[in-house]
Amino acid sequence: MMEKPVYHKAWLLVLPMLALVCFSAIVPLMTVVNYSVQDTFGQNNFFWAGLAWFTETLASERVHGALGRQALFTGLILAIEVPLGIFVALNMPKKGFWSTFCLVAMSLPLLIPWNVVGTIWQIFGRVDIGLLGWTLDHLGVDYNYTRDTLDAWITLVLMDVWHWTSLVALLAFAGLKSIPDAYYQAAKIDQASRWKVFRYIELPKMRGVLTIAILLRFMDSFKIYTEPFVVTGGGPGNATTFLSIDLVKMALGQFNLGSAAAYSIVYFLIILSVSWVFYTVMINMDKKGT
Amino acid sequence: MAYAATDPVSSDARVARRRGLSRAWARVRPRGHVVVMVLYLLFLMLPIYWLVNMSLKPNSEILSTFSLWPQNLTFRNYVNIFTDASWYMGYVNSIIYVTLNTVISIAVALPAAYAFSRYTFLGDKHLFFWLLTNRMAPPAVFALPFFQLYSSIGLFDTHIAVALAHTLFNVPLAVWILEGFMRGVPREIDETAYIDGYSFPKFFVKIFMPLIASGIGVTAFFCFMFSWVELLLSRTLTSTAAKPIASVMTRTVSASGLDWGQLAAAGVLTILPGALVIYFVRNYIARGFALGRV
Repeated sequence: MMEKPVYHKAWLLVLPMLALVCFSAIVPLMTVVNYSVQDTFGQNNFFWAGLAWFTETLASERVHGALGRQALFTGLILAIEVPLGIFVALNMPKKGFWSTFCLVAMSLPLLIPWNVVGTIWQIFGRVDIGLLGWTLDHLGVDYNYTRDTLDAWITLVLMDVWHWTSLVALLAFAGLKSIPDAYYQAAKIDQASRWKVFRYIELPKMRGVLTIAILLRFMDSFKIYTEPFVVTGGGPGNATTFLSIDLVKMALGQFNLGSAAAYSIVYFLIILSVSWVFYTVMINMDKKGT
Repeated sequence: MAYAATDPVSSDARVARRRGLSRAWARVRPRGHVVVMVLYLLFLMLPIYWLVNMSLKPNSEILSTFSLWPQNLTFRNYVNIFTDASWYMGYVNSIIYVTLNTVISIAVALPAAYAFSRYTFLGDKHLFFWLLTNRMAPPAVFALPFFQLYSSIGLFDTHIAVALAHTLFNVPLAVWILEGFMRGVPREIDETAYIDGYSFPKFFVKIFMPLIASGIGVTAFFCFMFSWVELLLSRTLTSTAAKPIASVMTRTVSASGLDWGQLAAAGVLTILPGALVIYFVRNYIARGFALGRV
């Protein structure tokens, strides 16, 4: 592709978008920054607090706990969803009616409102009325996601795998479809094993889409709020209180503005820095690809 | 020597028979990837089936007997939703702000995406990444400031407030997807149109937009979807007049005890819009979810 011409007036085209994003992103974000460096005695009497809220947040055990649980959750679902998604993509029919059928059926969980995803699993896992809970109970497994920490975790991880594995699979499938048949024929002539075809043909072709998949799954699972909120409400105790749930509790529940604002900024920065690494990798691969 | 003469024949026959058998077996034996797909789709469909199952049962049956399909099939739960204003207005409110959001997002994203796909300008790369950071921002971070911002300008509990709040993640999404589609249109088309005397707005609407019509459709679908599935911001920014269906559902759980059948029916109805239009975007769905980067 040709180099794009330099044309600074293109800013005029970006301007409406920029104005809107300023209103919906920068103004609120500045409010957060503003709160994070001030303290109040009520009645809108604010005074400068410096970095006090930040030192408090960074030392707070509550935040450490939520961050730890969040990291564990994100790690777990990435470790399950990425290999499983690739595996499913490799088994999808390549063309014809069944290919379309699989695409549509697999996309369905992705389009369900997040609170309904929570509701589905809330019902599905209940021992008295849910298929999963009832079956486990009748098999003699002591399962109760509202009381037992491990069961709550298993339910949430299973729910996320159910909800989002298809995303990884769809992206991996899009990558697989871009491989020309000639590659496979060459591999056949060389009598390459199934593993070698995967390792040296399919995996390199999927690398770009997989980076995107991991990036998306990382940032979305790190922001997860609605689904665990509906299913477990953060419980039992604090066992499934992830960062967003904890933050909403602090900001809207306890109206603890300073702490919540400092918390928000630390939270945002974590997502931002990890995503930036992924993005840089992605852009570099784009350059190599063309 | 007798067997030396018969053996090859009989073993041939045996081999032939075995081959015939294995061929017959090969015809009926499910192949590995079919098994995998059937199991995976079953895993995906079971919870949804269970929700549909629950929605077709009266509440008494849900709590008293456990059955894999409704024993006393009833549509009462659905009838309730369509006759009770506090229920169906939830859907109406959701559809209003989701539509508003889709229109706003695409309207501002179209020229911006065109600029990104066609020109190099000061700070374009930083701006493009910075857009993505809005997609990364946890809604929980924005919940409180949004609440204060929209309260202070008197937009709290209006559809437009939720629509504007959702542009936070939908505008970046729209710009990224549209940019992906626009890159596929050769720039010679623009230049030819300008030589033919088209002005920019006329060219954009008359020639360029029809060329990326599928891209606009896909973008609209994804804006619609991501606004439709979001709960935290829409719940925070509304109380009664613009209350979305998602928050009607969460409040009913705590208020009326455990009307599971009703809840399930409401859930099924929220799945329908996505399920209805998904067929049209099936070939672009990976591209949409990947922000146009596939």
